[in-house]
Amino acid sequence: MATFKEFRNNVKPNWCPGCGDFSVQAAIQRAAANVGLEPEEVAVISGIGCSGRISGYINAYGLHGIHGRALPIAQGVKLANRELTVIASGGDGDGFAIGMGHTVHAIRRNLNITYIVMDNQIYGLTKGQTSPRSAEGFKTKSTPEGSIESTLSPLEIALSAGATFVAQSFSSDLKQLTSLIEEGIKHQGFSLINVFSPCVTFNKVNTYDWFKENIVNLEQFPDYDPSNRVAAMNKIMETNGMLTGLIYQDKNRKSYEDLAVGFKEQGLAKQKLELSRADFDKLLTEFK
Amino acid sequence: MISQLSWKIGGQQGEGVESTDRIFSTALNRLGYYLYGYRHFSSRIKGGHTNNKIRISTKPIRAISDDLDILVAFDQESIDLNAGELRPGGVVVADAKFSPTLPEGIQARLFAVPITAIAEELGTSLMKNMVASGASWALLGLPIEVFNKAVEEEFGRKGPAIVEKNIEAVRRGSEFVLEQAGGPLEEFKLEPADGVQKLFMIGNEAMALGSIAAGCRLMSAYPITPASEIMEYLIKKLPKFGGTVVQTEDEIAAVTMAIGANYGGVRTMTASAGPGLALMMEAIGLSGMTETPLVIIDTQRGGPSTGLPTKQEQSDINALIYGTHGEIPKLVIAPSTIEECFYDMIEAFNLAEQYQIPVIVATDLQLSLGKQSCDMLDYDSIKINRGKLIEGELPPLEEHRMFKRYEFTEDGVSPRVLPGMKYGIHHVTGVEHDQEGRPSENALNREKMMDKRLGKIKSLRITNAVKVHAEEPAADILIVAMGSTGGTIEEARERLSKDGVKTGHVTVRQMFPFPSEQLEPHLKSAKKVVVLENNATGQLANLIKQNIGYHDKIENVLKYDGTPFLPSEVYKACKELN
Repeated sequence: MATFKEFRNNVKPNWCPGCGDFSVQAAIQRAAANVGLEPEEVAVISGIGCSGRISGYINAYGLHGIHGRALPIAQGVKLANRELTVIASGGDGDGFAIGMGHTVHAIRRNLNITYIVMDNQIYGLTKGQTSPRSAEGFKTKSTPEGSIESTLSPLEIALSAGATFVAQSFSSDLKQLTSLIEEGIKHQGFSLINVFSPCVTFNKVNTYDWFKENIVNLEQFPDYDPSNRVAAMNKIMETNGMLTGLIYQDKNRKSYEDLAVGFKEQGLAKQKLELSRADFDKLLTEFK
Repeated sequence: MISQLSWKIGGQQGEGVESTDRIFSTALNRLGYYLYGYRHFSSRIKGGHTNNKIRISTKPIRAISDDLDILVAFDQESIDLNAGELRPGGVVVADAKFSPTLPEGIQARLFAVPITAIAEELGTSLMKNMVASGASWALLGLPIEVFNKAVEEEFGRKGPAIVEKNIEAVRRGSEFVLEQAGGPLEEFKLEPADGVQKLFMIGNEAMALGSIAAGCRLMSAYPITPASEIMEYLIKKLPKFGGTVVQTEDEIAAVTMAIGANYGGVRTMTASAGPGLALMMEAIGLSGMTETPLVIIDTQRGGPSTGLPTKQEQSDINALIYGTHGEIPKLVIAPSTIEECFYDMIEAFNLAEQYQIPVIVATDLQLSLGKQSCDMLDYDSIKINRGKLIEGELPPLEEHRMFKRYEFTEDGVSPRVLPGMKYGIHHVTGVEHDQEGRPSENALNREKMMDKRLGKIKSLRITNAVKVHAEEPAADILIVAMGSTGGTIEEARERLSKDGVKTGHVTVRQMFPFPSEQLEPHLKSAKKVVVLENNATGQLANLIKQNIGYHDKIENVLKYDGTPFLPSEVYKACKELN
C-alpha cells in the first residue's frame, strides 16, 4: 500500500514561503495514502491561480485546466472512469468568481468527487486584487478605497444548492484538514472542503494569526449534529462562516453515477466501444 | 404519371403540423420514395405560422423545390403566405371552417374540406390533422394501408381506441375529398418508387447515430437550436450502451466536461450552435494545447449574436478556424449530405484520437433539421482507430520521472495513456510544458512543442476533403460550395446544361487545414469560379483566395436572408455571371 511519500514528486512548488497551500498539498497526499489509494488511482484536476498549480505537485494523474473550469473537467474525468478518485481544487477566485456557476451546479449534480478550495480572500497570482471572499472595506489594488461588494458565503450557497458534504478547515490544522479530506473522499457524492489558506504576500489582514483568533472549531460544540441541515445553516450564520470541521453531511442521497440510468459500476473508459451489428440494425429501425 | 411532386402543410405552431408531416412522410418512405423536407418555424412554441414542405421523388433529391403542387392549410394565413409557390394546376386542401379563398391570380384547385367539423364529430378537434392528411393522401391515389400503418405507430402508445378514431378521421377526410374531386387526381399520380429500403431522418439524428457507431458514450451539452435533437436522441440511446448525456449549466461546462471525459478515456462530444461555440473557444484551445481529443458539432444558424436562431446560414467558418487565441492544431470539417453526417462523425472521433486534437464538425441548419431520405447506412464501414493510445502494460518509471506524454516523435503525435494506468502518471496543463507535461518556459522547448503540435496536422486530410460532383474540364463555370447546398446546385446545373452552360461542381468538406492541393487543379481549369455560400462576406471564397489564389476568377454568390438557396436562384446567378 502506498504511503504519503509516494504521492510526492520532486517538483518544487512556486508558492511563496509560508503559503497556506503547502499544507493543503501535504494534507491531500496524507489523506490519499490514509484511505488506501495508489497514486495512479487518483486524478487531481485544478484550475488557474497560485493554488491551481497543486495538480503538478502531487504524484498522481493531474490536469491543470483553464481558469474557473476545474469542476466541469473533474466531473468529465469521473464520468469517464468512476473507478478513479477525482479531486478538484483551486482558489476562491477560481471557484467562487469565474467558476461560481459550475460550483453551484456541480453541487446539485452530486458526482462522487471532492472539491478542495484554497480560500485566501484575494487574487494572488495576479498580484493582489479583490476576491468574492474579500471582506467589505478590504483594500486591494483593484479596490483602493476598500471593497464595496458584500462577501460571498460559499458554505451557505453550498447548503442551499443541495450539497451533501460541506466542510471547512484551516491550513494550520493539518490534522483536521487531512481527516476532512479523507472523509470527503469516502463520502459517496460531491464533497466541498473550503480551506482558509492564507496568502502571506498580498493579504496582510487575513493572516494566520487573524484566523487563529477568529475561527471556531465545531469540536467545541459536542451536541452539534452534522446531519441537520437547518442547524448547519444556523451555525454558519451564527459564526459568520468562521467555523471549521464537518458542517453538513447527507449520507442518504445517491450520487449522480448511481442515479444515472444504465450507468455501470465499471468505469465507462474500460467498456468496449464497438457496436454490435444487431444493436446497429435495431437503432436504424425507427428511421424506416 | 409524374416522377416528383411537392407537398406542404401549414398552420399555427403547435397545431399538429409536425405530426401530420411525420405520418405522411413515414408512409411515403415505406413506399420507397425519395424525400426531402424543409421546416419553416420560429423561435417560439405556440402560435405563429409554421409550415413543413416535403419533396417526393422517384429519384434521389437533395434540395427543396421552387414550386409547390399540394398545399394543406389549417388557416387562411397559410394560404395567403404560401399560395404564391403553387404552380398552375396545383391543389389547396383547406379547412372549410374558415371559408378559405385563394388570393387573386392564383390558378389552383381549392378543396374546402370540413376538417375541424369532421374531427369534432369524431370527438376532438385535435384529430383535424388526420382528416387533412387523409384527404391529401387520397388525392395522390397511394395505398391507404401504408398510411394507416404509420397512423397506428404514431398513436399506438395511446391505445387501440385512439388509433381507431384517428384511422376513422383519415377515412372520413379521404372520402370527402374523393367525392369532391371525383377520385384521385390523375395529374398527381406518382410513378412507383424503386422499392429500395431507405432511412428517413434529419442530419442531427444521422450525426448522433454516427457518434454511437463511433463509440461515443458520453455527451455533455447545453440546449440550443438547432442542435438539441442530438442530445435528445442520445439521452434515449446512450444508457443502453452504458453511457449518458449530461445537460450542463452552460456551453463552457459542456466543452470542458467533454475534455475531462476524453482525457479520462471515453469518446465524448458536445454539440451546439454559434453562440455556444463562441463560449467554447478558450476550452478548444486547452484541448489543442494539451493534445486531448475532442469532438464538437456546430450546427450553424443565422448569426451574429442571437441572430436568426431558426434560420439557415453558413457563417461560423471563420470563427471555427480562427476563434481560439494562440495557435493550435485542429480539424474543421463540414459534411454535405445526410449520409456524410453519419460517416463523418466516425471519422471525426477517429481523427480526434489519432491526431490528439479538437475536431469540429460544422453542419448548417438545413442539413441538421431538414428531414430527408438517407441511403442505407453501412455497418461494415464502421472502423474504430484510437491512434497511439497505449492499452497494454507500461514498464516502471525511474524515480521522480513521469511518463513522456508529450514525447517528441517523428509525426508529432505522442503515445497516450489514460488515468488509472500504473507507471503512466504524467502532468497535463494548458501552460507550455515539457515532454512529461511539466510547465516550462524554456525557449527551445517552446519552439519544439509548437512545431510538434502544429506540424502533426499539416498533411491531415479527411476522406474526400474536396468532393467532385462533376468533372468538367472545359467548364464555363466551376461552382464551389459547402454544407447542404450541393443538391440545389446539382438541380441548377441540369437546367444550365440545357441552356448550353457547362458547369463543374465541387464541395469543400474540410475547412481547416485547407485542402488546397485537392482544390487547386479544379480552379485552374475553370474559366470562372462561383463560390456559393449562405453568408454575407464570402467566408469560403476568402479561404480559397487566402490559401490558393485565383482572385480574378472568383465570384461570390451569397444568400443571407435566412432561407436556403433554391435551384432557380442558383440557376439565375450562374446565368448572369456566365
